[in-house]
Amino acid sequence: MANETIFDISQPNRIAHAQCPESGSLADLPPNCVRKTPPLIPEVSEIQAIRHYTNLSQQNFAIDRNFYPLGSCTMKYNPRGAHRVASLPGFLNRHPLTAASASQGVLECLFDLQEILAVVTGTDAVSLAPMAGAQGELAGLLMIRAYHNEQGDTDRDEVIIPTAAHGTNPATATMCGYKVAEVQVGGDGDVDLEDLKRTVSSRTAAIMLTNPSTCAVFERQITEISDVVHDAGGLLYYDGANLNAILGKICPGNMGFDVLHLNLHKTFATPHGGGGPGAGPVAVNNRLARFLPIPVVGFVDNQFDWLGEQQLPQTIGRLSAFMGNTGILIRALAYALMLGREGMVRVAEHATLNANYLAKELERVGFTLAYPNRKATHEFLVTLTSEAKDLQVRAMDFAKRLLDFGIHAPTTYFPLLVPECLLIEPTETECKEQLDEFVDAMKHIREEAVNDPDTVRGAPHGLYRKRLDEVQAARELDLAWSPPDDES
Amino acid sequence: MPFIPHTLRDVNSMLDSIGASSVEELFSEIPNSIERTQLMGIQRGVPEMEMTRRLAERAKKDEVGPCFMGAGCYDHHIPAAVWDLASRGEFLTPYTPYQAEASQGTLQLLYEFQTMMSSLTGMDVANASVYDGGSGLAEAILMAIRCNRKATSRRVLVCGGVNPLYVQAARTLVSSQGIELIQCPHEKGTHTIESLSGGDFAALVVQQPNFFGQLENVDAISDWTKSHNALLVAVVNPITLPVLSPPGEWGRQGADICCGDGQPLGIPMASGGPSFGFLCTNMPYVRQLPGRIVGRTKDRDGEIGYTLTLQAREQHIRRAKATSNICTNQGLLVTAATIYLSLVGLRGIQSVASACHANTTNLVNRLCRSDQIERTFSGEFFHEAAVDLHCDAQFVADKLLDRHGIVAGLPLGQVFSDLQSSLLVCATEKRTEQEIEHFSDALQECVADG
Repeated sequence: MANETIFDISQPNRIAHAQCPESGSLADLPPNCVRKTPPLIPEVSEIQAIRHYTNLSQQNFAIDRNFYPLGSCTMKYNPRGAHRVASLPGFLNRHPLTAASASQGVLECLFDLQEILAVVTGTDAVSLAPMAGAQGELAGLLMIRAYHNEQGDTDRDEVIIPTAAHGTNPATATMCGYKVAEVQVGGDGDVDLEDLKRTVSSRTAAIMLTNPSTCAVFERQITEISDVVHDAGGLLYYDGANLNAILGKICPGNMGFDVLHLNLHKTFATPHGGGGPGAGPVAVNNRLARFLPIPVVGFVDNQFDWLGEQQLPQTIGRLSAFMGNTGILIRALAYALMLGREGMVRVAEHATLNANYLAKELERVGFTLAYPNRKATHEFLVTLTSEAKDLQVRAMDFAKRLLDFGIHAPTTYFPLLVPECLLIEPTETECKEQLDEFVDAMKHIREEAVNDPDTVRGAPHGLYRKRLDEVQAARELDLAWSPPDDES
Repeated sequence: MPFIPHTLRDVNSMLDSIGASSVEELFSEIPNSIERTQLMGIQRGVPEMEMTRRLAERAKKDEVGPCFMGAGCYDHHIPAAVWDLASRGEFLTPYTPYQAEASQGTLQLLYEFQTMMSSLTGMDVANASVYDGGSGLAEAILMAIRCNRKATSRRVLVCGGVNPLYVQAARTLVSSQGIELIQCPHEKGTHTIESLSGGDFAALVVQQPNFFGQLENVDAISDWTKSHNALLVAVVNPITLPVLSPPGEWGRQGADICCGDGQPLGIPMASGGPSFGFLCTNMPYVRQLPGRIVGRTKDRDGEIGYTLTLQAREQHIRRAKATSNICTNQGLLVTAATIYLSLVGLRGIQSVASACHANTTNLVNRLCRSDQIERTFSGEFFHEAAVDLHCDAQFVADKLLDRHGIVAGLPLGQVFSDLQSSLLVCATEKRTEQEIEHFSDALQECVADG
């Protein structure tokens, strides 16, 4: 029972009649175009399918069930009201190529969101086209390339990225045909300014930065970094992954950034969906606005309309077949409307309050903060090097043991430069009691690590599955089900 | 203070614990030289009720009548249970399943998805999604270039029948890697191997049925591509695959990479997004496949379980050397598609495919009874077709929308300047006989006016 896939419960010729329209004739199809063997699609009743997937869902941790302090991912509450409005028939049933005259509702929503994001980021223009943060990064670097090319500055082939950066930053630079030049991060979590000065050159196209940084501290020398890179003719790219920490307090535009992306599935509370969808709008200052990816929404002749290649001839182009993840954009707008001006400021304040409180309480019960002399931002780093050395209980063991307490693991082993680390982000939507419960669980696990380390090293114990063999998964690749007879 | 649970007492006791006198003090590391945001122009927050009222008013404006538009996004029936299940908090609100033990539900579902998708396409393996059909084509092209180690060329031939919006997206996304996309013009709606230009190329992209709904001779195109030591990239609509020959079986060797958009599988049109892109290949190329992949394995007790695998391809491990920068994908839509395929089942999905074809055929036949309307191209079509109205198709489509609230189909002049009088139409299984009749009459009336 427990191991059954949907294919195991499938029976030949079982038909879900309520989902079968009347078949049509295929007699006019040329025989060579017709499929000869049917595909492996389940043959189950509706209730079998519903039970199967309901049962599967119950094997998941989720924000709606668990505290989820996953650093850098901003797992805050995803308002159901936003989900509901995006599912209204007018939005849900709209074909993407329907004429603008019959699409004023959705166009106005997108236009409003562009305006809000421009204000929040302190920039001049926004395109909502990118479908996730990584695609926003790609759009950003393509705009930077277009800008330098227009200036006749075609020798700039390097992007500077701190060693602690998100993996998407260097991967994006490569996809854009850039070389990656790494810059070191100092002992206090800030970029090593001297190393940066050695690294910038006439080959620097841009620097990609997150602020607060991936070390979970505010990059205090941001103005100096901005000056160093701009003086060398490079531009500043802001990775919006950590925008939740400063929402409504300060904005990337005022820190010297020229172009950035936002992760609406983080800062604007759209659901992560078990891996997506997200949305990664890009925002730019005036010198890059003409390169924005299309489509953009404009207000022309008293109606909202799409702006395409005709209106933006220097655009880097289209990133998806239609208009990115529109449904996610509507959810983000709904969230922004509910927050409003005063609500946005409180996001950053309470996210920061929660993180600083949690950091202090964990320190109080004996954990080591990676940057004890720094203020936490919306998140903070704990390092378990002494636990790993003295007790042979590693950060991953703590993470897995937390699952037994009904708490999702924090981000582990990121950034790489802090050994045995947990990156912990409580978000503003968690109450004090929940944070206290987390501290109790961590304290308990630490005591276990001393008295009963095997319990921690063998965790999780109370979940649907014990620790999974990832080595076997990669060595004996099993990526699709096949009938038992074929397996030998 | 929406969604923030803190009481004043909480805030004060937390500040006490931290040893700070105010929340503002927690931001003291931000240099004063950085100007504080004013949020000028952003209104005060409103409760859910008011937000819903405002957005419902806008949604109402976009409600229109029956949809005969396809062009990469289709109005299919979605069983009620699909989104009831996919909207459960346990599917809607988890992160990417990196913590396998806490994510077995999503992981097993993805494994089942990979199974259905690879079987539908006749390929060995599917990934757990990319963003959409357009970005999927870009990833397929980049992958083909990496896989074809023998090729000296970075040219990729793209058949003129491939969705032009996909090609536009792919052009943007591969533009900085020195890859040249060469468009091969179609001849009367399809491609013969004589019409495909030779020269050095690493891969060829063909779509079946193509953008015009026409059936290409994919067997001949596949064999011709292989004879040039190039890889074949297939673009397909998954709803057609229960009926049409799968890319893995095209010609003597089959396609090497298959991509497309999963929207027809239980995803609402929703302005085109979110949907999901799928990407399939055969085992020899699995390490070049971008995005997440789930593998079946065992846990410590020997029980079957699932985990993300081959992660050394991905950006969070491989950084600058990763196969792609993709991180967040379209997980929730894959969840919906997997549930859709299970609910509709094998017989259901075959019926949907054949019913779409029958309805479109019925529509085309009705339209072509008019003296002024005929098919733009001859030859077989499936599920979608171009009709020539012999007048300005944009004018007719606008009129149908204004007068009758009908989304008439895509005036092909929007994407092909030589097809100003053609309309690309499609009638899915959802369109009734009455709707088809009404559309057909209304269209003929508008054509007569045009």
